[in-house]
Amino acid sequence: MSSVLVSTTINGDPIEFACPQDESLLEALRDRMGLTGVKEGCGTGDCGACSITLDGNLVCSCLVLGVEAEGRNITTVEGMADGEKLHPLQQQFIDNAALQCGICTPGFLISAKALLDKNPKPTEKEIRYALAGNLCRCTGYDKIVRAVQAAAKDLRKKKR
Amino acid sequence: MNNDQSFTDQEFKVVGTRPKRPDGVDKVTGRAKYGADASAPGQLVGLMLRSPHAHASIKKIDTSKAEKLQGVKAVVTAADLPDLTGGPGDNFYILENCMARDRALYDGHAVAAVAAIDKATAKKALKLIKVSYKKLPHVTDVDKAMKPNAPIVQPHIQQDGKPSNIAANYEFGHGDVEAGLEEADVVVEKSYKTEQTHQGYIEPHACLASVSPDGTGELWVTTQGHFHFRNVCATLLGMDISKLKVTSSEIGGGFGGKTHVWIEPVALALSRKSNRPVKMVMSREEVFRASGPTCSTSMDVKIGAKKDGTITSAFIECRYMDGAFPGIWGMLGGMTAWACYDLKNVKAVGIDVLCNRPKVAAYRAPSAPMMAFGVESTMDILAKELKMDPVKLRLHNVAREGTRASYGPTYGPIGIEPTLEAVKNHPHMGARLKKNQGRGMACGFWFNIGGQTCTDLNIGVDGSVSLTVGTVDVGGSRASLGLIAAEELGIEYEQVKVHIADTASLGHNDTTEGSRGTFSSGMATIFAARNAKDELCQRAAKMWDIPVSAVVWKEGKAVAKGKRHNNLAPLTIQEIAAKSPTTGGPIAGHNEVTADGAGVSFASHICDVEVDPETGATKVLRYTVVQDAGKAIHPDYVEGQFQGGAAQGIGWALNEEYIYGDDGLLQNAGFLDYRIPVCSDLPFIDTKILEIPNPNHPYGIRGVGETSIVPPLAAIGNAVTNAVGVRMTHVPMTPPRILKALDEAGG
Amino acid sequence: MLKVGFTGSLMSSVNGQAQVDVEAGTIRELLSRLVQRYPDLAEHVDQGIAVALDGEIYRDDWSKPIPDGSAVFLLPRIQGG
Repeated sequence: MSSVLVSTTINGDPIEFACPQDESLLEALRDRMGLTGVKEGCGTGDCGACSITLDGNLVCSCLVLGVEAEGRNITTVEGMADGEKLHPLQQQFIDNAALQCGICTPGFLISAKALLDKNPKPTEKEIRYALAGNLCRCTGYDKIVRAVQAAAKDLRKKKR
Repeated sequence: MNNDQSFTDQEFKVVGTRPKRPDGVDKVTGRAKYGADASAPGQLVGLMLRSPHAHASIKKIDTSKAEKLQGVKAVVTAADLPDLTGGPGDNFYILENCMARDRALYDGHAVAAVAAIDKATAKKALKLIKVSYKKLPHVTDVDKAMKPNAPIVQPHIQQDGKPSNIAANYEFGHGDVEAGLEEADVVVEKSYKTEQTHQGYIEPHACLASVSPDGTGELWVTTQGHFHFRNVCATLLGMDISKLKVTSSEIGGGFGGKTHVWIEPVALALSRKSNRPVKMVMSREEVFRASGPTCSTSMDVKIGAKKDGTITSAFIECRYMDGAFPGIWGMLGGMTAWACYDLKNVKAVGIDVLCNRPKVAAYRAPSAPMMAFGVESTMDILAKELKMDPVKLRLHNVAREGTRASYGPTYGPIGIEPTLEAVKNHPHMGARLKKNQGRGMACGFWFNIGGQTCTDLNIGVDGSVSLTVGTVDVGGSRASLGLIAAEELGIEYEQVKVHIADTASLGHNDTTEGSRGTFSSGMATIFAARNAKDELCQRAAKMWDIPVSAVVWKEGKAVAKGKRHNNLAPLTIQEIAAKSPTTGGPIAGHNEVTADGAGVSFASHICDVEVDPETGATKVLRYTVVQDAGKAIHPDYVEGQFQGGAAQGIGWALNEEYIYGDDGLLQNAGFLDYRIPVCSDLPFIDTKILEIPNPNHPYGIRGVGETSIVPPLAAIGNAVTNAVGVRMTHVPMTPPRILKALDEAGG
Repeated sequence: MLKVGFTGSLMSSVNGQAQVDVEAGTIRELLSRLVQRYPDLAEHVDQGIAVALDGEIYRDDWSKPIPDGSAVFLLPRIQGG
């Protein structure tokens, strides 16, 4: 299958890459652009480890084609920190021990950010359902939910 | 040099606090590199061809067309690997599982592999490989596999001179269970089944293999034990162990499933044949079909007791489905089954049975959760029969220091009674229950192990400390090890940097399994730090020009003792390190130890559920874990182990199972239909860490990682039973099973 | 003199006895003397064995001294996950 040239924006930077038409955005991000922070856990949209936002919408990058990135805005975990200043979600995940092996963490951070961008004061239930598309096998989700609650507080404080 | 491993009962400065883990920033920014995150110039993509049949003899494999496809650089079958038939069991089975030789033994068994310039070419090449199979009868059910005319999985395994699927039979216990039944006022018995589950780590197996024509090789791999992988891979490929360097990537979950090789020897063989690096990553479907899930089981339990609750006879027989290759699962389960109790007459029988399913690997306290389901469910049946509170019944029969364990030895100080007392007094037990809700509790036990450990502790010229360990960090042990080094040296946690070394940089380290990581590397770290302190004192003595006997290490400094030397201000690590070039060179402490005496650990769990009587769906409302950790070095990560194990147990109890069709093929090889708990399934999981020190570790550490998966199956089983009024005997207790049980009970 | 207990599966290698008397100062000595007396035990020792001393399980540290009067028990070699 012949490759197509794609022009897109990733974490604020203009990027061009070429990929076969049947390649997933997940594969393109990881293998062509070296953005290995996006993880493949299943390849079928069931685990959320490949979560990114596409024009602000939360998607599984394994269910998007690389060519669909044309003209869109992509955010991956690599774009969450502001230089060396971690995003409050990233900081709270560390502070609350919300990761053990850490493989699901990039996906959770993107999903949690997508939640808090839309809903700055989520209830515990809303957090749990918003994150239900991200699988974690190590933590039992307890400390993840607490980290998101703490980060939500931080972000609300910042806004004032 | 002080290598005494006895518990020192000291006051801790930093151990027990909750600092940030050292690898945290890398993991929240995507910088941390896992198995599939490494690449090498010129690398090829490796893919495996797998059997579509549950059991078939392989008549012929024609790889010629695949080899001719442009872009294909190597094709490998069993013909390219050594023939270990008749040799020592372990290596023969390992290799046979990595690549089938004469027969495909399960749906997904690897039969060939290709390395090509890209995925598309590799996929095409797989399609061009022609395998002639002759289908054979298969068996995937443990009880069916034991029947006289069952299809035989490994013909060389025999019982009474005939080929059999029964690979082993283990018995543990003491006394006379039959006589004990005679003494009993009440006898209860029940049979149970548990289905096969997978460890469910989110990161699939992945490696990057690079073998050079000069006979050396490198392997980057996600693994729980890179030294073990090195030994096995080198042996299977006919390489000297020292010529293969294995680097462990960050690991995205293992739980026992990454203690064995699955694709790595084949990736190395492809690399050797093509003289190119080969990257091989399993798809999620392959992980389910062809890595190492745990056993399914069927079991029978019988308990006899006096009216006052004293158990006079305790029996269990559990049949473990090992997959296509024999393991020690029956043995491990048999040893743990009755471990929580002080019993006069006890017998646990564990049987290993072969089936046409993937080779079983360890899954967090392997074999213990199943027998615990049988034992703890039957304890509740007994409690009901005796009209006794379930916790009181357990306390009445609880094992203590001095009790003869059901698996043989006499216990030292142990934590089962404290966990049960904690459960009895926990506010969770008093919370009100509403309609369709039920509460259950259960206890569990796991051994924990030590093992070979090698550690380096190096002090930089600026006094900062570099701790190099060989145990893979699966759950955050780097933070705990940093705390231990800081505690022992009397310095700040932030002054220590922990590294996980590759196999070329340290002596052998056993795999991170059996809850041994913090225990073993912690012990080696303490000894290495003590060596370093001795050396630091030597250097201080030189700097002061006084005898070393006058120098002690106190609160992070070298102190000159005695009135003669009280004009000498203490020297910090920084000051001593700065002068190290002229006092003898680099300052290091090193330790090799075979850490042993890891200390058994016990847990008791409480669980509240609500069951919808129309759909059979179960919601977990509240969950509490009480477990003995010996000493919680970093309490956040001990809690994390408690919560993680409980969550896996909950999934196992309610939803997770391998579903095989009559054709012997796996039907649900993906996360959609193999349903692990998601965030909205679970409540916050309360934890209570008890600390009954392990007398065989300087800090009292016991292993913590595994025990938490042992009680949940029964805790949930008892809770659901109490919610619906019908005894649950088949795990997972999925909605259809619960509805069926309700129907059968007439209600 | 140590009293050494055996679990079910190992009993068959020591003529069905649940307990035997042995003199030994370390785990290594203990295993070597037992294997001398009961050659069937050699296979188990090679494949993997564990020794419990006063309730603590030892798998690898064969140089571990056995204090007089310890309660000693032989078990199959355990592993974890």
